[in-house]
Amino acid sequence: MLADKDRIFTNLYGFHDWRLAGARSRGAWDNTKALIDLGQDGIINEVKASGLRGRGGAGFPTGLKWSFMPKNDPRPSYLVVNADESEPGSCKDREIMRHDPHLLVEGCLVASFAMRAHACYIYVRGEFIREREHLQAAIDEAYAAKLIGKDNIHGWDFDCYVHHGAGAYICGEETALLESLEGKKGQPRLKPPFPANSGLYGAPTTVNNVESIAVVPTILRRGATWFSALGKPNNTGTKLFQISGHVERPCVVEEEMGIPLRELLEKHAGGVRGGWDNLLAVIPGGSSMPCLPKEMCDDLTMDFDSLSKLKSGLGTAAIIVMDKSTDIIAAIRRIAYFYKHESCGQCTPCREGTGWMWRVLERMERGDAELEEIDLLFDVSKQVEGHTICALGDAAAWPVQGLLRNFRPVIEQRIKDRKRGLAVAAE
Amino acid sequence: MAVRRLYPDQPATFDFTPENLAWAEEVIKRYPAGKQASAVIPLLWRAQEQHDNWLPEPAIRYVADMLDMAYIRVYEIATFYTMFQLAPVGKKAHVQLCGTTPCMLRGSEALKEVCKRRIHHDPHHLSKDGNFSWEEVECLGSCANAPMVQIFKDTYEDLTPELLEKVLDGFASGNPPKPGSQIGRQASAPLGGPTTLKEKV
Repeated sequence: MLADKDRIFTNLYGFHDWRLAGARSRGAWDNTKALIDLGQDGIINEVKASGLRGRGGAGFPTGLKWSFMPKNDPRPSYLVVNADESEPGSCKDREIMRHDPHLLVEGCLVASFAMRAHACYIYVRGEFIREREHLQAAIDEAYAAKLIGKDNIHGWDFDCYVHHGAGAYICGEETALLESLEGKKGQPRLKPPFPANSGLYGAPTTVNNVESIAVVPTILRRGATWFSALGKPNNTGTKLFQISGHVERPCVVEEEMGIPLRELLEKHAGGVRGGWDNLLAVIPGGSSMPCLPKEMCDDLTMDFDSLSKLKSGLGTAAIIVMDKSTDIIAAIRRIAYFYKHESCGQCTPCREGTGWMWRVLERMERGDAELEEIDLLFDVSKQVEGHTICALGDAAAWPVQGLLRNFRPVIEQRIKDRKRGLAVAAE
Repeated sequence: MAVRRLYPDQPATFDFTPENLAWAEEVIKRYPAGKQASAVIPLLWRAQEQHDNWLPEPAIRYVADMLDMAYIRVYEIATFYTMFQLAPVGKKAHVQLCGTTPCMLRGSEALKEVCKRRIHHDPHHLSKDGNFSWEEVECLGSCANAPMVQIFKDTYEDLTPELLEKVLDGFASGNPPKPGSQIGRQASAPLGGPTTLKEKV
């Protein structure tokens, strides 16, 4: 188990003061000038060396992403922090914002400096009203203490603003987020151009997840070698895991990357309800990641590479546990409804396909379908996946594919049972 | 996608209060000159808060004029983002019940029955006394404290049907319970106490 001394989020549960004095007592804002003095290239190289991969779901190397920002561009550069945490199962950025907001604000300063940005917008999902109040209070404290703002003590003019959405999952997609931040509907943009070349207001922009930014000051203070020694090669560091569903004690906890799933659930969440053998399946990384049946979970380690080998993914490390009492078709049907509801409507395969998949799953849940429709559903999911501007189409298709790949006999049985029931009733 | 339309019975006018107008002018300054449209969501949200937590059509035009935007662009925003309530909501509480899979696995369907019985059979309808309304929303990001509801600014977590009844009783009598976990958990720490960080580091 990760030792407490190696934890970055030391006020994860809000037992202590989240304001500036409390954050300082835990080490935030401690000689931040020394971090700035590493210089832009120095910071980016250290973040690259740490192996930090983006914590928002895709796992793209953070330092590499920063290095895409142009160095001599007359336009202003922007850091935009994606705090639109909306992937079902995910509830980690909320804890950072309400219990340790100064980690994020300090990270914003350091990251903005590294990418030559003097302004940062933090886009918080609309429902997180108390979280953005804490974040704004932390920013106000940082301004008052001259930690950020014009002529601050760190020698890099920097403004940090809290912005918010109003209920649209799609705004967690980085270009939809930028559209929304510009005052439009959150409909994703075609890439290229990528945000580093043409992002917010057509200027160079990097969009990073809250957790990715909040861990940066600690990585720089303790060194890339400390961070990269935790976890596994190419999957380094610590990670906030969010455990929900059928465990005895759901929770959010910071652990080492690559921790075995079973150990994670049993050490921190009291184990699967009714014991490990009562496990049916796990969604390992937020609702868009294909579910894994128990056989695949027995020796599973929680990191990007192990999960992608199983045709699933670490995503946001939001683990949704389902025990044997679960109707797996209903669970995935509800996820399909989520994507139908959240499709922005821009691309036909997604707008029409998400609703179609949901309606078929509704029938399959009741057994009111034909066996051939299972293959048809898989085929349609493949026509949605990869045929849309953004990844929401993929995110809608994958859970359905995971269901069909791993639980096909359950659907077949449901259909056969209903047919048998009808035949008996007709006699 | 969801079909969302404006309420048929609209007030004649909408104006920000002087305090909200001053606040709005400050918010617009957060964005570069000429990019004032960026403020559209925060301003519409404030308008909704000022107007009994639902957004009337004149407010859409008012905000559009203030930001020099075409009415249709702000109308698009109001109908695209589902936190904008386009019809009146309960005066004492509008219950946003999370029904997505992590909450569903821990019993949100039973909570829905409570809302149907106590408030109205259908979502987005006022209770007989006009004090309550409810809707099922998509994941609210409190999955480790599922199932849960959000009422205005606060969340009420780790619910059972009985606990939701208590929460609603609290709003009905004007004494809402303390937000957060309703079974005494500290935020998203495991029930019974944390497994880590037992001492301050």
